[in-house]
Amino acid sequence: MRRLLRHKLFVTGSILVGLVTFGAIFADLLTIADPTRMSVRTRFEPPSLEYIFGTDNFGRSQWARVLYGARLSLMIGLGVVVLNAIFGTLVGALAGYFKSLDNILMRVADAFMAFPVILLAIGITAALGPSSVNAVIALAAVYTPRTARVVRASVLVAREMEYVQAARACGAGDWRIIRRHVMPNCMAPLIVQLTFIFAYAVLSEAVLSFLGLGAQPPTPTWGNIIAEGRQYIREAPWITVIPGLVLAATVLGLNLLGDGLRDVLDPRLKVQQ
Amino acid sequence: MSAPTPPLIEAVGLTKHFPVRTGIFNRSASVVRAVDGIDIAIPPGETLGLVGESGCGKTTTGRMLVKLIDPTAGRILFEGKRIEGLDAATMRPVRRHMQIIFQDPYGSLNPRMSVQDTIAEPLEILKIGDARSRREQVRELLEVVGLAPYHAERFPHEFSGGQRQRIGIARALAVRPKLVVCDEPVSALDVSIQAQVINLLKDLQKDFGLTYLFISHDLGVVRHISDRVMVMYLGKVVEVARKRDLYADPQHPYTQALLSAIPLPDPKRRSRRKVIPGDIPSPANPPSGCRFHTRCPHVMHVCREVEPHLMQGAPHHWAACHLVHPPSTPRPAPASV
Repeated sequence: MRRLLRHKLFVTGSILVGLVTFGAIFADLLTIADPTRMSVRTRFEPPSLEYIFGTDNFGRSQWARVLYGARLSLMIGLGVVVLNAIFGTLVGALAGYFKSLDNILMRVADAFMAFPVILLAIGITAALGPSSVNAVIALAAVYTPRTARVVRASVLVAREMEYVQAARACGAGDWRIIRRHVMPNCMAPLIVQLTFIFAYAVLSEAVLSFLGLGAQPPTPTWGNIIAEGRQYIREAPWITVIPGLVLAATVLGLNLLGDGLRDVLDPRLKVQQ
Repeated sequence: MSAPTPPLIEAVGLTKHFPVRTGIFNRSASVVRAVDGIDIAIPPGETLGLVGESGCGKTTTGRMLVKLIDPTAGRILFEGKRIEGLDAATMRPVRRHMQIIFQDPYGSLNPRMSVQDTIAEPLEILKIGDARSRREQVRELLEVVGLAPYHAERFPHEFSGGQRQRIGIARALAVRPKLVVCDEPVSALDVSIQAQVINLLKDLQKDFGLTYLFISHDLGVVRHISDRVMVMYLGKVVEVARKRDLYADPQHPYTQALLSAIPLPDPKRRSRRKVIPGDIPSPANPPSGCRFHTRCPHVMHVCREVEPHLMQGAPHHWAACHLVHPPSTPRPAPASV
């Protein structure tokens, strides 16, 4: 833990992610404006004391929209991470532990990974219909093979350790070995991977929303705020630029967080800070 | 078979071939003959030392005896009952009587489990006692192996190599086994710690009435702890004898070379070392005839063609070499070793 706090990049990342999370959780305390209420008189207000992030083409408070958008974007990211953790661990553990399943599961994973991430996600959401729940499902499906590969790799290592042999020599069953001996020793790379998946998911969700495949207007997400603002980018650049910056900061923060965790959790990659 | 005490564990024709898989369809292209038909019998209370170079199959042999690896062929008898075909469930009661101690004191303990959990795990799996009695047992075991009861709450990274090995020994003893396979238990330790652990193993053998299969590549260590010594080369047993006979009068050229390679503290005697030329051949493609013929200083024609069998010369002294037992000698009736 002390090593984490000394890791400058990790601290920077935590602050960025912390701020966004704070904004998302306390969105209703940080603004009294309704993110969906339109007002003709306040269209295209530039950032000011009254409208911190300005207003958009419908006169809605951008501050409120970005905060509430953060809520949805992070929820979707979290949803993807949770599904990923469950299925990625399951598939990875099965493939890594049981040699007979390895080939089948990993070839399926390869098939998924052969498609570009966004293209596959677009395909799945298009098939399921555009909504934020379907975006979560699509992104989870797209990223699960990646997590599964990471888990499988560490399971392959942990499985061969002598403490697994020792447990087997006492008659421990496969389930017990996976639960007590293999998985606890695979957590570090999994946590790091999930942090990165969180970042990718937030970014990809913005892409899907931008394309109109995520949450539907008027519900704000970063992607659709940017999409709506892009027609006015010359007259009112703040509509696109601010959520874009917030998105970039969040993804950067999560990536730094992941890097920091990796450096600290993986003793083989000990880096001088 | 007419030995006065029936062996605690016995293996006949024990063989393990590992398939070498290639290509995407997992075709089995060839096999590595890790262990190729060896016979072992260890009477209760004895320590059998098993020595040989890296890759000669000694670890595989040890793991087959405790059923961590299933043999390709051969029989294993524990207290007279065949165990080689048993499935996980029927094997479990037998596992209580056989345990293994590993070489690597770092890899053999789960870094995420406390010493308490590590040592208690065999008891838990075999459903011996309740949580409280297990705690007590762990504390007792820690004292038995020379650690303190308060160490139970600690994690493996807080211990030195020698202490970790003691934890591994405590784990193996938790179920009060009869047979303990010691798979190079001191090879990873400093010499001074080696002596401590070896002496601990000897004391425990006396106190718990243990039978050891002691696997090592260190002939000095084996000499210290064993009653009998078995020498393996490339998946085959080349010589078995009582310790004193083997060290005083090694029969097989390979054993002779190994013994001459033991470092001596006297520089004048060092020149007598016999160096075996070349490397150990691949067990995927072992040499014909005697497997040692590619490196043997006394190689004869017959060695390249006819495989020598393990035969008894002096009482209880077995060797597989055409020099010792010329091929014309009628073979004595096969007996288990």
